Amino acid sequence: MPPVLQGILTIIIGVGGCVGYFYASNLILDKVIFPAKGPKAGININRANKVRPWLFLFPAMFALGLYLAYPVVGSFWRSLFDRSGANFIGLGNYFDLFSESTFRTAVFNNLLWVLFVPAMATFLGLLVAQLTDRLSWGNIAKSLIFMPMAISFVGASLIWKFVYAANPDIGIINALRDFFGMQTLDPLQVQFWNNFFLMFILVWIQTGFAMVILSAALRGIPEETIEAAIIDGANAFQIFFQIKVPQIMGTIVVVWTTITILVLKVFDIVYTMTGGNFGTHILPSYMMTYMFRDDGRATAVAFVIMLLVLPVMIWNIRQARKEMR
Amino acid sequence: MADLKLADVEKAYGEVKVLSDIDLDIRKGELIVFVGPSGCGKSTLLRMIAGLEKITGGTLEIDGLVVNDIPPAQRGIAMVFQTYALYPHMTVRDNMAFALKIAGKSKAEIDEAVGRAADILQLGPYLDRLPKALSGGQRQRVAIGRSIVRDPKVYLFDEPLSNLDAALRVATRIEIAKLKESMPDSTMIYVTHDQVEAMTLASRIVVLAGGGIAQVGSPLELYERPNSEFVAQFIGSPAMNLLAGEIVETGEQTVVKLDGGGTARATIPTTDADKGLKVNLGVRPEDLVASDDADFLYQGEVDLVEALGELTVLYFKPDNAEAAPVLAKLAGTHAELRGKAVKLKADPSKIHLFSNGVSLLYR
Repeated sequence: MPPVLQGILTIIIGVGGCVGYFYASNLILDKVIFPAKGPKAGININRANKVRPWLFLFPAMFALGLYLAYPVVGSFWRSLFDRSGANFIGLGNYFDLFSESTFRTAVFNNLLWVLFVPAMATFLGLLVAQLTDRLSWGNIAKSLIFMPMAISFVGASLIWKFVYAANPDIGIINALRDFFGMQTLDPLQVQFWNNFFLMFILVWIQTGFAMVILSAALRGIPEETIEAAIIDGANAFQIFFQIKVPQIMGTIVVVWTTITILVLKVFDIVYTMTGGNFGTHILPSYMMTYMFRDDGRATAVAFVIMLLVLPVMIWNIRQARKEMR
Repeated sequence: MADLKLADVEKAYGEVKVLSDIDLDIRKGELIVFVGPSGCGKSTLLRMIAGLEKITGGTLEIDGLVVNDIPPAQRGIAMVFQTYALYPHMTVRDNMAFALKIAGKSKAEIDEAVGRAADILQLGPYLDRLPKALSGGQRQRVAIGRSIVRDPKVYLFDEPLSNLDAALRVATRIEIAKLKESMPDSTMIYVTHDQVEAMTLASRIVVLAGGGIAQVGSPLELYERPNSEFVAQFIGSPAMNLLAGEIVETGEQTVVKLDGGGTARATIPTTDADKGLKVNLGVRPEDLVASDDADFLYQGEVDLVEALGELTVLYFKPDNAEAAPVLAKLAGTHAELRGKAVKLKADPSKIHLFSNGVSLLYR
């Protein structure tokens, strides 16, 4: 069967299956299980309406259970076995991890990432959102700043590899150094600071995201509160920091935590730029070095990452819910 | 607590003039109400006085000082917004204290001013609450408190009661009236589209229409002696009836023969030259009374009856589809009048005469 036909067939079966599932399951609920007839019609309608949400939720819950909940449990179980997967070693993988210096570096670097990237991206996003708000060409500036969002992390890394290239004819940093008569150097090999050069790539990508969300939030602030502040004698800075920012604090926190979660998952940038060399490992890239070599160790790292993401995630969801209320 | 003088003030957005030739003297201690149909520029004018909108022509003086280019905070004004405009993240106390904090006042001074305002407005128990925990009426009181704290020369109110429900609106209106009474020296400017607010609160009403001032005067002056058909119909509810006619007798009193067949005598002096002048006769629905005389002002068939208990509003069948129906407000209940032919007359002192839209009193 040609692939096109195969694809079309899959779509038909998938979409048709969904429609069929919802139609048939509701039909069975309304006609067979709780028929809206006879002496108990009223009670049956109410019962059917209580069950109905679960009919709609079931496919999603099933898929999430199969592809999210089960893998979490499975990963944890796997992390308790050695490299071959045959011998149970308890928390051995975890103990080994913590005794390894590369792991400690990765944790430390990850901490830097988590502190620096969300803070910087949110701050720059807020700044850009505020500064471009009243400009006639503000939307053009915003589009330009938003564009990196559309580039994959690997693609962005390749772009920045050129920027950081250790060759004055390619990399702008070395071109500048060359112009001032300084020696060529590879920024990615400057220990410790190279972490920030990598982080900057993610800031470059995420500032657009923060800007778009915060720009919408800033526009949502009632104009009258700002006018009232003007009459109260506040200057532009006071209005921004004492009237505007507090009113969008909820959104700022959501943006911040969303980027934090993303940061904890990013590995492409490090993997593409340095492969974790020169002391730039972060947890996900560190995990990649073990993947397929020692799945027990890799799943242990994965589990550590999950434990780190979880609290931020919970907070993020809570904040987002609060915003919606 | 100041005089306000608007001289030849205008507002234009590019080529489009929305307000022009605004001349107005507001004396210290007055409560001036701007009324007018929506889009007449009353809020714009208030915002120009506040400094939120640029004045594109003419001068605005507060206390003898031209303030056209002085920023809002230094004009000595305070403004209460229709939507309250409270800072949602600050407590009632902080909301009221904000302006003073910005001005760098000492903590003792701030506490004293906030305490005083809270006393006046009975906000004491709510000082540590956030605005979202307050009712609409309380929020508006906080907004007023925020103005009082600043001890401004001029208070500006931009439709402050529009977001409140009917019962609260009446209560808050009375509170504002009492507030004004307790601060006899403060000058207030109040924008509203609600006639009742205008009539009950104002020392003087400014009726704005078509980008300019239509008439300025005390509430009863506008009600009793409107200078134009527009003001006559705008003030008073339901609106004044206008009936076309012709002057047939002049002198101390004027007699008008109406196109509908009726005649009316008005205590408005006219000269011989006015004889034959086409006029519109204005008479308020509440000034009309039923009459069996041969001598009537209007007769028609009652199309609709609204019995309100204390009074009855009669809607007469108009002569043609475009004409506005004549309305009469009669005391008591008259539900039985529907479909009947009724004759109406009015006291000569209650009759208004307009020629080309302008009152004959103001020629």
